Amino acid sequence: MSNKEWPLFEVFIRSKQGLNHKHVGSLRAADPDMAIENARDVYTRRSEGVSIWVVESKLITASDPKEADSLFEPADSKVYRHPTFYDVPDGISHM
Amino acid sequence: MTDFSGLLKRLTLLFVRKVVHLYKSFSSMKEMDIAELERRFQEKIDKEIKIEPNDWMPEQYRKTLIRQISQHAHSEIVGMLPEGNWITRAPNLRRKAVLLAKVQDEAGHGLYLYSAAETLGADREQTIDDLHSGKAKYSSIFNYPTMTWADMGTIGWLVDGAAIMNQVPLCRCSYGPYARAMVRVCKEESFHQRQGFEIVSKLANGSPEQKAMAQDSLNRWWWPALMMFGPNDDHSPNSALSMKWKIKRSTNDELRQQFVDITVKQAEMIGLTIPDKDLKWNEERQSYDFGEINWEEFNQVISGNGPCNKERVDARRNAKENGAWVREAAMAHAEKRRSRKERA
Ligand SMILES: [Fe+2]
Ligand SMILES: [Fe+2]
Ligand SMILES: [Fe+2]
Repeated sequence: MSNKEWPLFEVFIRSKQGLNHKHVGSLRAADPDMAIENARDVYTRRSEGVSIWVVESKLITASDPKEADSLFEPADSKVYRHPTFYDVPDGISHM
Repeated sequence: MTDFSGLLKRLTLLFVRKVVHLYKSFSSMKEMDIAELERRFQEKIDKEIKIEPNDWMPEQYRKTLIRQISQHAHSEIVGMLPEGNWITRAPNLRRKAVLLAKVQDEAGHGLYLYSAAETLGADREQTIDDLHSGKAKYSSIFNYPTMTWADMGTIGWLVDGAAIMNQVPLCRCSYGPYARAMVRVCKEESFHQRQGFEIVSKLANGSPEQKAMAQDSLNRWWWPALMMFGPNDDHSPNSALSMKWKIKRSTNDELRQQFVDITVKQAEMIGLTIPDKDLKWNEERQSYDFGEINWEEFNQVISGNGPCNKERVDARRNAKENGAWVREAAMAHAEKRRSRKERA
């Protein structure tokens, strides 16, 4: 018996209009159309969604958690990007 | 001209910095031994920082999780069988629709969990084959037969009730994908328990025959339900490590006691009797004392000798083998459509 497994898809659901799609999990399906149908049955049985994205898991490039420190270092050292870095004199409002 | 050479200088400097940085992080990686990685891992756990799929984790943590999550997945899937047995014989359309929805949920639970196991590098096909070969275990409760309609009620009430008790603390498990799957599962389980309790209480308040049927069902499922929490704490060798790694948050005996305390009151409410002559309220502990579980029976069922073990595994194996052509056809169809699209 040939055991060619169906590819793995990652599933993203928009729970309601105005919100972005959010990763909810994964599933296997023969093709993207079937992945959408399976995602409906698996992840939206109680009206958790109004829109579904599926993407084959192997197509996702992820950052390496081991490199997280150096990857995000530029953000750590720039406190002046935050409004709290600045002193606002007393009496100044709406800023 | 001068601007340009300045830019070049800056670029060179940047490049050199990058190389130095890369070299540093590489050599520090090599120097960082397993003990240090383990220390950092435990530190994260202690700070309640979740572990995600690509993070470093001790091999034993990975193994423990793969075993636990896949056993859990198998339990959800095998658990569909005893209830599936009654779908065509549900007493009316409402009960049938509810039971169908419940069994479909269990299939979903199995899928969330198989997916969570895959994030740890478990091979889906292999995981399922391990169930079929008898290498992997699943909850012992599903090796008991469902003989009457009352069993549909008792399973929802006691078995899903015990599952909820086990699963609620798992929503805070240290491994992200497992915890997230458990949140989804727990949301769905409470309907399972309520529909079961509804069936049992309806029967318990019905004709004398119906009440007897409910009592008989409780008599058969009570002890197996208590076994669902696993061996006593002093016979549960993996527990300490699982607690340290926050895979588990409560011990088997704690959860079992919680279950007894809650369920005894529910049984009283609907006029059924818990089949345990040693069951007694303990004023001092503010908890029920209860009788000794038949661990010999538990061990027999776990090791394959329960009333329905063979039937359950055979059913799963047949489903896989007889469905192989469907999966192959779906793949062939998908490929055909893909190549047709490419040509168009
Ligand atoms: Fe479930
Ligand atoms: Fe469950
Ligand atoms: Fe359930």
